[in-house]
Amino acid sequence: MRSDRSTTAPLGLKIAAIGGLAFLHIPILLIFLYAFTTEEKSYQFPPPGLTLQWFAVTWNRPDVWAALTLSVKVATIATAIALVLGTLCAAAVSQTRFFGRETISLLVILPIALPGIITGIALRSAFSMADIPFSFWTIVLGHATFCIVVVYNNAVARFRRVSGSLIEASMDLGADGFQTFRHIILPNIGTALLAGGMLAFALSFDEVIVTTFTGGQQSTLPIWMLEELIRPRQRPVTNVVAMVVMLVTFLPILAAYYLTRDGDQIAGAGK
Amino acid sequence: MTAAVLFENVSRHFGAVKAVDAVDLEIAAGEFFAMLGPSGSGKTTCLRLMAGFEQPTGGHIEIFGETAEGVPPYRRSVNTVFQDYALFPHLSILDNVAYGLMVKGVGKDERRKAAEDALAMVKLPGYGQRRPGQLSGGQRQRVALARALVNKPKVLLLDEPLGALDLKLREQMQEELKSLQKSLGITFVFVTHDQGEALSMADRIAVFNDGKIQQLGTPEDIYKRPQTRFVADFVGSSNVLSSAICARLGVPAKAASLRPEAIAIGTSWAEQLSLPGTVTARSFLGATNRVSVDCNGEKIIVASPAAMPVPEIGADVQLAFSRNDLHLMEEA
Amino acid sequence: MSALATPAAIMPNRPGLTGRISDFLWKHPHVLLVILLGPPVLWLGIIYLGSLFALLLQSFFSIDDFSGLISYEFTLSTYKQLLSDANFDIIVRTITMAAVVTIFSALIAFPIAYYAARYAKGKWKAVFYLGIMLPLWSSYLVKIYAWKLILAKEGILTWAFTKLHLLWLLDGWLSLPIIGGNSLSVSYTGTFLVFVYVWMPFMILPIQAALERVPGNLIEASSDLGGTPQQTFRHVLFPLALPGIVAGSIFTFSLTLGDYIIPQIVGSSRLFIGQAVYAQQGTAGNIPLAAAFTVVPIVIMGLYLWMAKRMGAFDAL
Repeated sequence: MRSDRSTTAPLGLKIAAIGGLAFLHIPILLIFLYAFTTEEKSYQFPPPGLTLQWFAVTWNRPDVWAALTLSVKVATIATAIALVLGTLCAAAVSQTRFFGRETISLLVILPIALPGIITGIALRSAFSMADIPFSFWTIVLGHATFCIVVVYNNAVARFRRVSGSLIEASMDLGADGFQTFRHIILPNIGTALLAGGMLAFALSFDEVIVTTFTGGQQSTLPIWMLEELIRPRQRPVTNVVAMVVMLVTFLPILAAYYLTRDGDQIAGAGK
Repeated sequence: MTAAVLFENVSRHFGAVKAVDAVDLEIAAGEFFAMLGPSGSGKTTCLRLMAGFEQPTGGHIEIFGETAEGVPPYRRSVNTVFQDYALFPHLSILDNVAYGLMVKGVGKDERRKAAEDALAMVKLPGYGQRRPGQLSGGQRQRVALARALVNKPKVLLLDEPLGALDLKLREQMQEELKSLQKSLGITFVFVTHDQGEALSMADRIAVFNDGKIQQLGTPEDIYKRPQTRFVADFVGSSNVLSSAICARLGVPAKAASLRPEAIAIGTSWAEQLSLPGTVTARSFLGATNRVSVDCNGEKIIVASPAAMPVPEIGADVQLAFSRNDLHLMEEA
Repeated sequence: MSALATPAAIMPNRPGLTGRISDFLWKHPHVLLVILLGPPVLWLGIIYLGSLFALLLQSFFSIDDFSGLISYEFTLSTYKQLLSDANFDIIVRTITMAAVVTIFSALIAFPIAYYAARYAKGKWKAVFYLGIMLPLWSSYLVKIYAWKLILAKEGILTWAFTKLHLLWLLDGWLSLPIIGGNSLSVSYTGTFLVFVYVWMPFMILPIQAALERVPGNLIEASSDLGGTPQQTFRHVLFPLALPGIVAGSIFTFSLTLGDYIIPQIVGSSRLFIGQAVYAQQGTAGNIPLAAAFTVVPIVIMGLYLWMAKRMGAFDAL
């Protein structure tokens, strides 16, 4: 039967697809393996033995904790700023018809569409021209700038689904602008904002290129990792940190996926 | 008595597009009023002007004698049943229906009671705990109706209320809407592109085209006595006879309309008018046969009862009709 | 009159501040638009675009050879310097790498995207989606680090080749000119592998989106009309997937073009554009030349986006 033929993939395609996915995932699995290796001086494979001792060593490292705390702080504040700015922008673009909406979309996407080094160096030279000392806040400023797009994209997609007629229906039934925002708009875009915020957090938490230009003496966790990558000094600690970073970024991504997936199902059923 | 809705020279222009152009309209209180027209004819914009979603660029609107320009939708005692129903997907059916009362500050018990009564009125008792996504299209439409009516609006607006329903459900809802309107006594204004729907439900119909009202009258008026070629075409496809044919019939006029079912094929009675022609096409439509006849280069459609014999293609026939069925038109 | 007993058709103004603000904003939607757009446009316009233009402006200045300070006079000498042989080599090398990475990314991404779009159902669809999203979003540096582990001389790749008795193949590859080197982690091959690994996931989703819009019966229609699988692919599937591939290539190309960390960690000592920018603004302190270097990816991406738009790639994003 013809319809049967399309439900099972040709063998070659299956192998290529699974091989491709394996290519994506095996390096990640290796990170998990190396966190337990007993080898200190090289990246020997297979590991000569497995141990948990490096977790304890890493736990007691103040420099790792300092970097982690800074990263979490930066990501939290940058995400908060991006949430406000991204949502405002999405609301403006999707709720009103005005001449410059394509320009606005481009403006929001530009910081991430251009290579990170351009954003980084542009901000750096602007800071030094304006005599702004590099600090915690200059890092936040840079991160918030490229995180806006993630929130914006999530919010725009959802605003599009909260069709204009829902807002009109609310106003028609006697709700003013504030009531409509509280009872209709917010509940409908809430999960999209949460998902956008999670992804923005992951993006900021992991960012290294812009940070190298906008940070002063402070080092975020990625900066700490980068230094270890260029001049490896404590391989086992780096191994453990790499695994932790991996896990910390996985969680928001999984959460964001489940948040938007449920939303899509509601919308799908509503059609 | 004050009109429910009054339009005085109302225009709504979007740049160069004249969506609504200098419309005068008076809808009486308690009337079931239809705005009929093709898409882009301005009927929906008129509805949105009444609801307050659009503001006129010119003219004056009154709702029960009060000025409506500049009044936001949430301060109008006018409610709308939206074409896509616009039920709030994150709220239960009961909360959807109670929404209008909630934002007006009505207490929880009172508004739930009112919402349940409204659901019972649209024959959906006990559906309150479901979500909009769990209902069928017809049920969702009833919820949208209940959600609007629970606010006791002075005018209820319906935007293509039956457009998304299948034929059977549509006929049933037509009857229900009509009896609901009669028992509540609320002014209903509905927009449709379906002339059958307008003819069967409305007390009066305004036919729209190009942002203007082409004709306003009772369904019978509109159907039998179309005043313009557009109305004749759009409402049940009347034949429009040219001034040349009118002259041959001894009726001096720029144009005249003639309904297909008013024409008989065969010899005419003494007091009837008649036209010779040639059959060019025919098709069987169930209750009638649709026969196209060429009269001196002008196509005339005849709806001939199925029981009557149908002439062959190419046959020369006589078309016979009464002078009373021929309606003279102002424009050609 | 019964009309007097029922509420008025027009209700009075809302009491309180929120009611008044709400009425005001409803009557003046442009004020609302300004309130919404103001903060993000000011932020991006002033902080981001301002910095960007300030940077680009500096490319028209030059560095004073004696004092090492920037002389603020309009000149094109920095651009002349940019096109010197050594710098031009960097540009050509980077563009070649970006092009090769893009082609291989498309080759690897296509089967994954095709399988996910057409054969993965229900639970498998979610598995594929997460299987693509997790590597895409997981830490950039950790991914590079993973490849440092893999490509190391004592790492898993050498081990695997040894076990398979194929070490001669690896050594033969490394002895090739240009693409070879002392070990994989200091060769172009290594740089290339990491680039493909890190940017390839960005290619999958646009292709998948494009393929999902191809109705299944089109493929059946083609085979029904006697097309072999190869012909179906060439004449039906590939042209329809092309906008998705072009959309994905925007990411892989742009990201490779501007990256300076991957070639710094895995690769030879020969520079890419990103590294040149980094070196010029940092150790060399030549901001004008660094700025001129950043113009290269901006111009290339501008041309690329213009071409992509003409091919309809933006619908696949």
